[in-house]
Amino acid sequence: MIGILRSAWLIAEKDLKVESRSRELVYTTLFFAVTAVLIFAFSFVQEDSSIPAGSASGILWVTLTFSGTIALTRTFEREREHDTLRGLLLSPVERPAVYLGKLMAVLLLLAGVELVLVPLTGLFFQAPLGRAPWLLFALLATGTLGFASVGTLFAAMLVRARSRDVLLPVVLFPIIVPVIIAGVRGTNALFTPETDVAVARMWLAMLVSFDAVFLSLALWTCGPLLGE
Amino acid sequence: MTRTVPVLLLVAAAMLAASPFMIDAAPPEVTMGLVQKIFYVHLPSAMIFMVSSVICGVASALYLMGGRSPKADRTSVAAAELAIVFGLITLVTGPLWGRKAWGVWWVWDARLTSTLVMWLLYWSFTLLRRFGGPGSETLSAGVGLFGMALVPFVYWSVNVWRTLHPLTSVVPRLPASMGIPLWWSVVAFMCLFAALFLLRTRVEKLRTDLDAALADADE
Repeated sequence: MIGILRSAWLIAEKDLKVESRSRELVYTTLFFAVTAVLIFAFSFVQEDSSIPAGSASGILWVTLTFSGTIALTRTFEREREHDTLRGLLLSPVERPAVYLGKLMAVLLLLAGVELVLVPLTGLFFQAPLGRAPWLLFALLATGTLGFASVGTLFAAMLVRARSRDVLLPVVLFPIIVPVIIAGVRGTNALFTPETDVAVARMWLAMLVSFDAVFLSLALWTCGPLLGE
Repeated sequence: MTRTVPVLLLVAAAMLAASPFMIDAAPPEVTMGLVQKIFYVHLPSAMIFMVSSVICGVASALYLMGGRSPKADRTSVAAAELAIVFGLITLVTGPLWGRKAWGVWWVWDARLTSTLVMWLLYWSFTLLRRFGGPGSETLSAGVGLFGMALVPFVYWSVNVWRTLHPLTSVVPRLPASMGIPLWWSVVAFMCLFAALFLLRTRVEKLRTDLDAALADADE
């Protein structure tokens, strides 16, 4: 177990090192997220600059999903261009370690994007971020983990497939529907004028159980799914 | 198998031809009247949608865990495509009924939303198969397996909203005058499903055999 975690961290460290040299993923994903928020602002904010109720949480999660998908595609495109995933899979580490390493790198990248995206949503859409900061943090963390745990597995599987750029959202979006529902509803319970902590807690519990089931399912199936 | 398919198709055709008369003879429902008759098509197709999604999930799990058997793969492909067909019938007849019964075409109710999400999932299974290129068998098996694990989550998460859809617990308590035409339709749909399923698995087998023969000829 410790061995798997250590090799996973080595793989994540490698990805982060590659990323820190070019910063390609961070910059492009962030820029995409910011422009997406702008498009939402233009389409939702009314002429008297009032903001429809519940739009802040929706915009936050939709932007996260879209920019996360772009980041996932790009992370594995990099491996494919240099044909390094084969090397990674041939290296003497377990499949779960490869999966976990990739997942950690994707999670850290998305955390960096959220660090900008969440305050930006608060600023543009008057979302009260500071009302229950820990609960908001927990919802974002578990939601991102749920999204990334399924997304990393399918993005890795699709590396060798034809038309992988369109197929990733096709496969990923129906599966992460519960994450989006729970994330949006939970965040919305925190953003409404009468903060409903109990409702947010309930959705958090749902996200935690989703993460537990899908992370173990991904760890269990990544051997056969990532290929021999 | 060559004889099973025509027999099943004949039985299904005869039963489906007789079913309008039986549905017509069934008493009208008290509050909804004539529109409720669509129930005799809606419920059987929804049941078959569920049956084929379970078949697809189990076959995908067997394919991934049990040494990539081509038979499990064929089964999952046929089940996913039939899930799309019968899911479409469910999703078309449902809003037609809902428009009259609830006054709206669509509500984001637990059953409706989970059916729609699962239906999209079988689309992604099939799209992956069609456009994924070599190796997509394993990928789509992954989708089938994850899809099976997804059902309780989707259902639970949308159930917290509100539920308008009638519960299926009314089905065993139906009076015989409504129950007999319903189960008649269910059996007719089941025969049709079985025939289509057998045909589709056979087509898939012929396709893979042809591909293999072509690959042999190329070498």
